[in-house]
Amino acid sequence: MNKKPKAIIALVLTVLTVALLIWTCFYAGGKYVVFDPKGPIGQAQKELIILSTSMAALLIVPVMFLTFFIIWRYRDAPDNKAKYQPHWDDSKKLETVWWSIPIVVILILAVITARYTYLLEPSKPMASTQKPVTIQVTALDWKWLFMYPEEGIATVNEIHIPKGVPVRFELTADAPMNSFWIPQLGGQIYTMSGMAMKLHLQADQEGTYFGSGANFSGEHFGQMRFDVEVQSDEEYKNWVANIKKQSKPLTKDGYLALAKPGLSQPDEYSSIPDGLFQDIVTKYVVEGAPNPHGGHGGASTEGSSKSGSTEDTGTMSNMNMSGHN
Amino acid sequence: MLDKIKEFASTFFVTGDPMIYGADVSIALAMIGIVFVLTYFKKWGWLWKNWLTTVDHKKVGIMYILAAILMLFRGGVDALLMRLQLATPDVTLLHPEHYNQIFTTHGTIMILFMAMPLMFGLFNIAVPLQIGARDVAFPFLNALSFWLFFMGAMLFNLSFVIGGSPDAGWLSYPPLSELQFSPGVGQNFYIWGIQISGIGSLATGINFIVTIIKMRAPGMTWMKMPVFTWSVFSSCVIIIFAFPILTVTLALLFLDRFGGGHFFTLDFGGNPMMYINLIWMWGHPEVYIVVIPAFGIYSEVISVFSKKKLFGYKSMVYAMFMIAILSFFTWAHHFFTMGSGADVNAFFAISTMVIAIPTGVKVFNWLFTMYRGKITFKTPMMWAIAFIPNFLIAGLTGVMLSVAPADFQFHNSYFLVAHFHSALIGGVVFGYLAGLYYWWPKMFGFTLPETPGKWAFWFWNIGFYVCFIPQYSLGLMGMTRRLSTYGWDTGWQPLNLVSTVGAFLMGIGFLFQVLQILLGIKNFRKLKDTTGDPWGGHTLEWSIPSPAPEYNFATIPQVEERDDWWAEKDKRAKGIFRKQPPIEAIHMPKNSAIPFIMSVFFFIAGFGFVFGWSIFYIPGLIGVAICMICRSFFSYDGDYYIPADEVKRTEAAIRGSV
Repeated sequence: MNKKPKAIIALVLTVLTVALLIWTCFYAGGKYVVFDPKGPIGQAQKELIILSTSMAALLIVPVMFLTFFIIWRYRDAPDNKAKYQPHWDDSKKLETVWWSIPIVVILILAVITARYTYLLEPSKPMASTQKPVTIQVTALDWKWLFMYPEEGIATVNEIHIPKGVPVRFELTADAPMNSFWIPQLGGQIYTMSGMAMKLHLQADQEGTYFGSGANFSGEHFGQMRFDVEVQSDEEYKNWVANIKKQSKPLTKDGYLALAKPGLSQPDEYSSIPDGLFQDIVTKYVVEGAPNPHGGHGGASTEGSSKSGSTEDTGTMSNMNMSGHN
Repeated sequence: MLDKIKEFASTFFVTGDPMIYGADVSIALAMIGIVFVLTYFKKWGWLWKNWLTTVDHKKVGIMYILAAILMLFRGGVDALLMRLQLATPDVTLLHPEHYNQIFTTHGTIMILFMAMPLMFGLFNIAVPLQIGARDVAFPFLNALSFWLFFMGAMLFNLSFVIGGSPDAGWLSYPPLSELQFSPGVGQNFYIWGIQISGIGSLATGINFIVTIIKMRAPGMTWMKMPVFTWSVFSSCVIIIFAFPILTVTLALLFLDRFGGGHFFTLDFGGNPMMYINLIWMWGHPEVYIVVIPAFGIYSEVISVFSKKKLFGYKSMVYAMFMIAILSFFTWAHHFFTMGSGADVNAFFAISTMVIAIPTGVKVFNWLFTMYRGKITFKTPMMWAIAFIPNFLIAGLTGVMLSVAPADFQFHNSYFLVAHFHSALIGGVVFGYLAGLYYWWPKMFGFTLPETPGKWAFWFWNIGFYVCFIPQYSLGLMGMTRRLSTYGWDTGWQPLNLVSTVGAFLMGIGFLFQVLQILLGIKNFRKLKDTTGDPWGGHTLEWSIPSPAPEYNFATIPQVEERDDWWAEKDKRAKGIFRKQPPIEAIHMPKNSAIPFIMSVFFFIAGFGFVFGWSIFYIPGLIGVAICMICRSFFSYDGDYYIPADEVKRTEAAIRGSV
């Protein structure tokens, strides 16, 4: 059978496939948000991704070429004059080489990883002269509640933060666990009931950024998206003042209604009930029993935190958290 | 009364979706069809005697493979439905709840009811033949393992039309999988489907460890053992440590749901985190359970089709064992972002990366097996070669994911989805397909036709890259896994569309494989393997006729070399023939109906537990106990001898046709 047309078909198909992939991956809309960071954490993560990828690629790309070369060179064709040594199956020298190459690469990578792991530990406060903004995040079925304890306001499915100011997120859930992710500001962290996780982020540029719940939490999990508006300090203060003036307050009953499974549009509240976040976190704590999550979420690295909600296990909620078994 | 029946039926049977009515109809038609064909051709006795009660490892292997291909079809249809739903923004082909059920069943089926049985099928086909044994160590247990897997898989699949499918993800994290958030019976189907088949998997692991330790032909020292057998051994060692964890975890989850326990609920002192730790202590080793035997297959296939010995045999063996051990030190990398703190994350990041070292060594060894060889491009070799570049990509992205602080951006995104599909399709499925093509003649006595196989190969391969490369990009664009739909504003549309096209190309590849098998059966006389050694194999299974006679080896071979059959062929070419010992009567295990019947009782018990119906689970459990008692006390007569004359006649008949 004639080999030529087949080879041409294969070549054309390969080129078309590769072209299609390149076009869609780079020119057909869609923004690589992970590679477009707007804050120091996202920036450091981007650098780390590029560094680790290129280190691994340094090994893998040459091997890829070697693979194609060997397969072509030693194909069984009548006119192929390549050397054939069927019983050559051992070479201490060669094997030492390829045990040591990955060992060296992984060693370097391990050192880099360990350094960045401590550097980017999400519960570690940002180094900044500015006083951080605290936002208490609660993952609900299927919406996000954001409370600003210092400003005394709350929002649903939208976040506003001032530019250049560190944000201290305290996260929990009053529903199946979820994961809170704003790719352009920095990586995600889980939200789980009974725990108050911490995540420190900062935005250095004004704009609207995409945020979403990343961990599957049931039926309408796909709708758990929110926008993050980064504003100048002045605009942010105006926004807070406006909410205080115009919006309705969030009551305990209002919260219980909100916590019921269902979807929600972005919404705003002018006040929040006292200690609501602590009540959500400690909802399942049995009186007298040690809290299994005390000190979790890397809280130990932070020393004694003022708003450390997991500590005061005594404040039991008097809300009727029904619906649980 | 009628109203009551109607009400019961509407909660018992899943209603309201045309796709499910379609499934109902097709299940009913298939059942009627099977019963009709078996009755019309008077095949019930044949089915019972030759298959349902068999303890022959080769037949058990074939049944595993058939079931696995069926499950591949089911899981594949699930995948295509999901990809259709995601092809364009704002479509509602599937309601979110239905979509959640589909990705849950897709994941569970592909890992536990497709990859595992396909792997066990190949274990059964190849291992006893490779080590020169006549069966596995515990043939009865082997049959029981298969039927437990089969009944577990059927119970799981039943949830689609009866009661409702599980929809809490393939690992069913609590609290989502607890009664509060998953009140339906879907989760119970999940627990019992996996639990019943899991017992079978554990038994298979034990069975093959003992087989490999105790039943190797004389002269086959550990370092002369075929590399696939080594990979099976490593994989089984992981199985016996990992599967008990799964069994206990699911049992605890069931106690939560059924007995009012609070192991994984937050109230009354339970902790979902414990489930997540436990399930990944099984779940991550599970990945290596399925991939290590694929490594073994690649090693066999690459060396045979390069007409060369495997390069660095000892390195390969050590590397596989290192991977097996390290696989137990990586589970926490599945939750870097759950606030474990920097110490834990750094430890698990590094222990995960370390696995890249033995894996990398294996790639070099495969390359140098081909180096200075003569490579022929038969279908098994095509799949093995295609695996290498793909696995390099999967390895690269795997290392990227293991960098803990970077994982904060990859976790739960489509990048992760793309990575593990690369590893599991490109690593595991490609390997098992290579193995299937490679051992097909040994199973059925004919080779599969090459041309449709090549078409299947190219559709699968191009489709594979077209499907998963865009998903890496989507992950970096912020798309998370398990989304049932997304908006036009996200800009994810073109990549998702391309990915869907890729998935369908793979689907076409699968159809070509079905066609290939059908054409193979149609032309089997022409494709008949008369030599018993169609590829120029190196190991013992190629020294006997295809398909292997029921006793495998007329005389147990005396092993002298690592690639014993290859060395023997060399000697024969030089005119040196080994003296064959005389043929003696062969000791064989008898067929038994107990494994099948016992598994049916397990099924009944599982079904009862799913609905909490004591009229099912009590008789089911009693049936299981009676089967055990029968096996223990009343079945001494479990073996027989094939007389030497009959063996001689059989040998003359198969060899005579050469």
